[in-house]
Amino acid sequence: MSMHDQPPSGTDEFIKGIWKENPVFVQALGMCPVLAVTNTAMNAIAMGLATMFVLVMSNITVSTLRRVIPRQVRIATYILIIATFVTIVEYVIQAISLDLHKALGAFISLIVVNCLILGRAEAFASKNTVVRSALDGLGSGIGFVFALFCLGAVREIFGAGELFGVELFHDGFQDWVVMVLPSGGFFTLAAWLLVFNALRQRREAAQAREVAI
Amino acid sequence: MSQPLPMFQPVQATTWQMYRAMVGVGLLCGLLIVTVYQITLPVIKRNEAIALERAIFQVLPDARASASFQFNEEENRFEALEETTEGGRLVYAGYDDAGQLVGLAIEAEGMGYADVIRVLYGYSFAEDAIIGIRVLASKETPGLGDRIETDEAFLQNFVRLDASLKPDGTELAHPIILVKPGKKTNPWEVDGITGATISSSAIADMLDRSTSFWIPLVQRRADDFKKGAS
Amino acid sequence: MNNDPLWAIFLNACLINNFVLAYFLGICPFLGVSGKVATATRMGGAVTFVMIVSSTCAYGINMLLIAIDAPFLKLISFIAVIASTVQLVEMFIKKVSPALFRALGIFLPLITTNCAILGLALFQTNKEYNFAQCLVYALGAGAGFTLALVLMAGLREKLGLASVPDVVKGAALTLVLAGLLSIVFMGFAGLGA
Repeated sequence: MSMHDQPPSGTDEFIKGIWKENPVFVQALGMCPVLAVTNTAMNAIAMGLATMFVLVMSNITVSTLRRVIPRQVRIATYILIIATFVTIVEYVIQAISLDLHKALGAFISLIVVNCLILGRAEAFASKNTVVRSALDGLGSGIGFVFALFCLGAVREIFGAGELFGVELFHDGFQDWVVMVLPSGGFFTLAAWLLVFNALRQRREAAQAREVAI
Repeated sequence: MSQPLPMFQPVQATTWQMYRAMVGVGLLCGLLIVTVYQITLPVIKRNEAIALERAIFQVLPDARASASFQFNEEENRFEALEETTEGGRLVYAGYDDAGQLVGLAIEAEGMGYADVIRVLYGYSFAEDAIIGIRVLASKETPGLGDRIETDEAFLQNFVRLDASLKPDGTELAHPIILVKPGKKTNPWEVDGITGATISSSAIADMLDRSTSFWIPLVQRRADDFKKGAS
Repeated sequence: MNNDPLWAIFLNACLINNFVLAYFLGICPFLGVSGKVATATRMGGAVTFVMIVSSTCAYGINMLLIAIDAPFLKLISFIAVIASTVQLVEMFIKKVSPALFRALGIFLPLITTNCAILGLALFQTNKEYNFAQCLVYALGAGAGFTLALVLMAGLREKLGLASVPDVVKGAALTLVLAGLLSIVFMGFAGLGA
């Protein structure tokens, strides 16, 4: 896929997940649980971190076992591994903070059907070393947290006039309640996708101009 | 594709490998889950008990200790449970420093605007009234329905919400009902919130239903709750 | 034990707390399939069927897990059951109607990762519905999902003829439409009270 002659370094694997191949904005993956819990920045980050944990751990496990798992049963075993780490992360969150667990609810469990994790396991972890898989998972995970934070921050700032619970505007500010409702989630994601698309088009146009010269 | 598929290798080796992989991974996963579960279970239980006690102390302002009671239908009395656990069919008793019964904390739930709302309310035998309320779970619209938790005027309703019984002790003397904001004249009425009618009416409804069920029962068996009774 | 009446559960799942427009579940097929009304209807039908079967199995599994005191196996067993159900449905449709099978194509196996189905199983377990309530809940959720999908397909079919700026084309436009539909569905709130 890359135009360089040597294989991408470990750092490349890590960085690509954050911007160029950002899971939510570029690849449109893993959006289901994304929108429902991004009504505050704190919830969004917590959800992102939980997903990143599952992503990294399952990447490591799949990569470690990649020579032992036959092709025919690979999807089933991947799902088994992912479900295990999701169960683990749910109990850990419940032990750390009951309030957070109540806020995120069943959506923690839904991390297991996040296409992002299964996608990375199948496309990358099953074919690469443990260290590279871990870096890949870390990179995509951070990209995911970043995307969720963008959504959550915008929704919380406009929908509640706060960020991480800190009041930002003076009393006269009318909350845009729609932003913390499901519709707001849809609109915010659409707006960010719009921004990303515009940036990407501009960059591609600039590159095309460079090549033509 | 006219050749046989490459997957059909000597069946014995591949099937064994498949079973080995699935069972092996399954065992590993099971081990991980059970370990984490055992480690986190006591922490979770402790946190839940602390949160419940905090809620009980909030709705029964003078309480310093609490206990859970379950109604035993066969023996027609309330039994104390060993630890303060959560549960829909339980009532909680609050005691002050001297060990005297302050009142009972009871859960109620009902459908609000967006989803089910759960509350814990405190009932005082001495005042024959609800003396405190705390919303346990609500998904009401922020800024509108969720004012049932924040609106000062609304919360004033529950400082002393009358829940006295008829002389024969079988039902409430006056059902708890919602009235328009500012129109409250009787101690068993609940002043609604402008713009959050459905949410505030849900609270009034669930309190009415819950008290109609529990108060006659607990009044009859009031002695069950005194410390050292059962 | 949950005391909600059946009609209220159905309305809740279908309109008031629509799985796609209120809970954001099942978005992948929502964005991918909702191009044509005909495909959308068929997808909705398949999902509803899988939902009903999964709901029943989830109820049974939950009873079993409570009996053997192993609540931590809930997620793994649910996902295993859903995957198997989809496999069975796929084989069933292939045998009964090969034309329908070809029309649905890749989207049939994709139902496995459809968050809506797992979400359904998890929600009904949390709400402690009995068997009849579970069935009605699944029916309502499937109906709501189909409704959202069909509405979206209708809108996009019309939009296919309009000229739209490049940056917005694709997922962004569908999301804006979804946001508008979500606001519209909010009008149903309070219906069950």
